[in-house]
Amino acid sequence: MEQDWIWGLIGGLLIGTGGAFYLLVNGRIMGASGIIGSLVDGSAGDTKWEKLVFLAGVVLLPILLYPVYREVNPHITDNLYVLVAAGLLVGVGTRIANGCTSGHGVCGISRLSVRGIVATVCYILAGGVGVVIFRHLLGVI
Amino acid sequence: MKRLIFAFIAGGFFGAGLFVSGMTDTTKVQGWLDVFGAWDPTLAFVMGGAMIPMFIAWFFANKRTTSALGTPLPPKPSNKIDRKLVIGSVMFGAGWGLAGICPGPSIASLSYGGTGIYIFVAAMLTGMALAPFVRTRLDKMVPAE
Repeated sequence: MEQDWIWGLIGGLLIGTGGAFYLLVNGRIMGASGIIGSLVDGSAGDTKWEKLVFLAGVVLLPILLYPVYREVNPHITDNLYVLVAAGLLVGVGTRIANGCTSGHGVCGISRLSVRGIVATVCYILAGGVGVVIFRHLLGVI
Repeated sequence: MKRLIFAFIAGGFFGAGLFVSGMTDTTKVQGWLDVFGAWDPTLAFVMGGAMIPMFIAWFFANKRTTSALGTPLPPKPSNKIDRKLVIGSVMFGAGWGLAGICPGPSIASLSYGGTGIYIFVAAMLTGMALAPFVRTRLDKMVPAE
């Protein structure tokens, strides 16, 4: 448990390296919601295949690492209502705001984008308030 | 073809990073957001760690107009703070806190997240398909900006 932050830092460096590759080689901003969302609403156009193979990489590496890595448990809730409500909010919200933790957070803040910083402050505050309300006041999570 | 290979490599780094960082564990995400509970600092290390290579990458990207493969680099960021950015981010944050999952980790944990992640991803994709309609409505609420 104490070395969790080290794994966090290593993982973060890997995430940033992926983003650096995607920017410098492919010329694109690595934002998960933009990549997924543009495939869903059809705005990906001729970048469709580039985005699909990117997502294939995101799915495949954990499959390869799973057997050799320490125990990973996502602890996902089995509350159907929570999952559906959260999924809808994340889906609609990230597309309206045009970014999520990777696009606005990692890629936006590192280029000192005002929109990235404002978005990150908003979703962290909303997430924090959400956890307080749903966990401590309502006890649903 | 090269673009596809490098997109796959970038996705691989992203997926591997999300996996080893613990960001596919909802308790670590909610633990970070829960300042009144047993606060878990991991997410800050992940975000900080990810920004180091990205900061360097932007340093080089800002000096060029095209990527290594000749595609145009992203334009300068807009500074426009509109209600779509704020409302969308607040909605996203609420959902993120509720389930502890954001878009990247939802895809990275597809192979081991079980039924819960399928339901979440299905709802997220539905939300993304509905977003253009919500966006149009929000645009209409703003008189000619």
